[in-house]
Amino acid sequence: MSEFMQVLISGLATGSIYALAAIGFTLLWQASQTINFAQGEFVMLPAFFVLIGMHVLGLGLLPAITLALVVSVALLGLVFKRVIIQPMLPHGVLPIVMATIALAILMRELVKEFYSAEAQPFPSMFSESTFRFLGATVSYQDVGNLVVSAIAITALQLFLGRTRTGRCMQATAQNPAVAEILGVNIQRMVLYTFMINAALATIASVLISPIYLAKFSIGEPIGLVAFLAAIVGGFNQVRGALAGGLLIGVIDNMSAAYLSSEYRIAGPMILLIIIVLLRPQGLLGTAEGRTV
Amino acid sequence: MALVRYTALLAGLVLLVVAPFTQATYGTYVLCSWLIFAIAAMGLNLTLGYAGQISLAQASFMGIGAYTTALMTMAGIHWAFSVAAGMGLCFVVGLVLGYPALRVQHHFLAFVTLAFTTLAFLVMRNEDWLTGGVYGLVGIPRPEFGPVSTMNQRNYYFFTLVIFLIAFAGFYWIVRSPWGRAFKALRENPIRANSLGVDTRMITLLAFAIGAAYGGLSGSLMAPLVQYIDPMSFTLIISLKILLMVVVGGSGYLFGPLLGAGLVIMLPEFLRFAENYYLMIYAGLVIVLMVYCPTGLIGLIEKTMTAFKAKRIERGDLKQGAQL
Repeated sequence: MSEFMQVLISGLATGSIYALAAIGFTLLWQASQTINFAQGEFVMLPAFFVLIGMHVLGLGLLPAITLALVVSVALLGLVFKRVIIQPMLPHGVLPIVMATIALAILMRELVKEFYSAEAQPFPSMFSESTFRFLGATVSYQDVGNLVVSAIAITALQLFLGRTRTGRCMQATAQNPAVAEILGVNIQRMVLYTFMINAALATIASVLISPIYLAKFSIGEPIGLVAFLAAIVGGFNQVRGALAGGLLIGVIDNMSAAYLSSEYRIAGPMILLIIIVLLRPQGLLGTAEGRTV
Repeated sequence: MALVRYTALLAGLVLLVVAPFTQATYGTYVLCSWLIFAIAAMGLNLTLGYAGQISLAQASFMGIGAYTTALMTMAGIHWAFSVAAGMGLCFVVGLVLGYPALRVQHHFLAFVTLAFTTLAFLVMRNEDWLTGGVYGLVGIPRPEFGPVSTMNQRNYYFFTLVIFLIAFAGFYWIVRSPWGRAFKALRENPIRANSLGVDTRMITLLAFAIGAAYGGLSGSLMAPLVQYIDPMSFTLIISLKILLMVVVGGSGYLFGPLLGAGLVIMLPEFLRFAENYYLMIYAGLVIVLMVYCPTGLIGLIEKTMTAFKAKRIERGDLKQGAQL
């Protein structure tokens, strides 16, 4: 039982980080029908901005994180949307898929070539000491990760639901044409979505890098898990992506602990196939109407 | 125009025949792998470009074909039988994988096929008794046809070329046949196609199955070429590479995947001087191409051609609703 609790809690902690990446992913999909295959790399890169801030510019951890946040929002939000996605939007999903795959390769190679191909240790914001809880050994790091993700997600929900800009963004996601008629600047709302995605990715990056170390190749598994979480939870719901992220985190940890580690990733994959076949809109998603 | 087209085709064919004589063994090897990947890309082009069903599973079909061929030829069975078995197996698996496509579309389908690729990779890696696990299978024999052995790289190239031409002719025939039109109808508007009497269910499954069989054929050619296969050659990255070939070349065009495969296989060779930077340059080029011309290389050529053609210019002041 205590082992189960332990696996569950650490699964929830990593799951909450996956959820951050997955939420950004669903936001982009809702706002602009963009499938971002570079999402994992969006989580990988900010950690290196932090490292550059600390080791090259000599900043402390918190100023470096702030710097990384600003740089990521500008580069991965503004520049990504304006330069790469905007010209392709009228041409459907496929060119965007190809371009983001290429972008993922580009980001990976840039980090490998100009920073380091080795895994870099990354300072944690929380102490790594542990305490006992219901018989399980829980680290402050896990708790800290859960709390920070929860704060970020709650803040996002409040922003989307309670502020004027947030409601305009929701309107843009639901029906861009009507939103535009009602005076919403939809291009700007889409841009905000891209910037929020970059910010969420930065938070996820800062939280996950102390656990998995900062490495150029870490993006691929994280991106895959973010897709899985988004699909399992429901592509058009923020809370769906949250549930999906937590679920995948727990299932991943459970199958590593109780099934063979060789087929570890198979558990989430089979879950994905079953969900897509039985409930394509995801666990919490609503069905999207089809157009003739 | 028809004359120009036939001359171009003939010139292309002559180039393909002459090409290996200008190359050493390694160059011939690269040419072989171009033709082989072109076959895989052709199959994906049928599924994606013509029938509009996205698939990220082409590499695992190559894997199925390659492992079938490897296991059968190493057991002493002739290549011709093994390729039939490999393609048949892929056809059946493709049919099964097509079933999700009946329920879900677009990005969902992409992820189901992605999950399939990952699962297939896990099976290839973990089932040591059959596939040799991470070490793969070594010493796959090259086929012999009577007195002609294909151990010589140039002979193997011509063998690949013949198979490639047969595959291409088959592809051309499928696309021109009523089936090909049904595939296109499915891509353009599935509901309308259904209402006009196209059996969209069967056509969707067939699009997957035929595309998969092409993947199997290319795998069956790949195994004897490299003479060594391991699971790493059939991962998601390879699926994405084949998808890249189709999209960069121009999906839905007959010659698109050929060009695309050429670019994806050859460009790294030309960018060798850039050493470590070649992947960066390569990824950068793909982004620029997609941003500037989302229809791929063939689309780019068409765009350039229409830019040079004389156009009828409408007089602005005679337009309906024009304001003077």
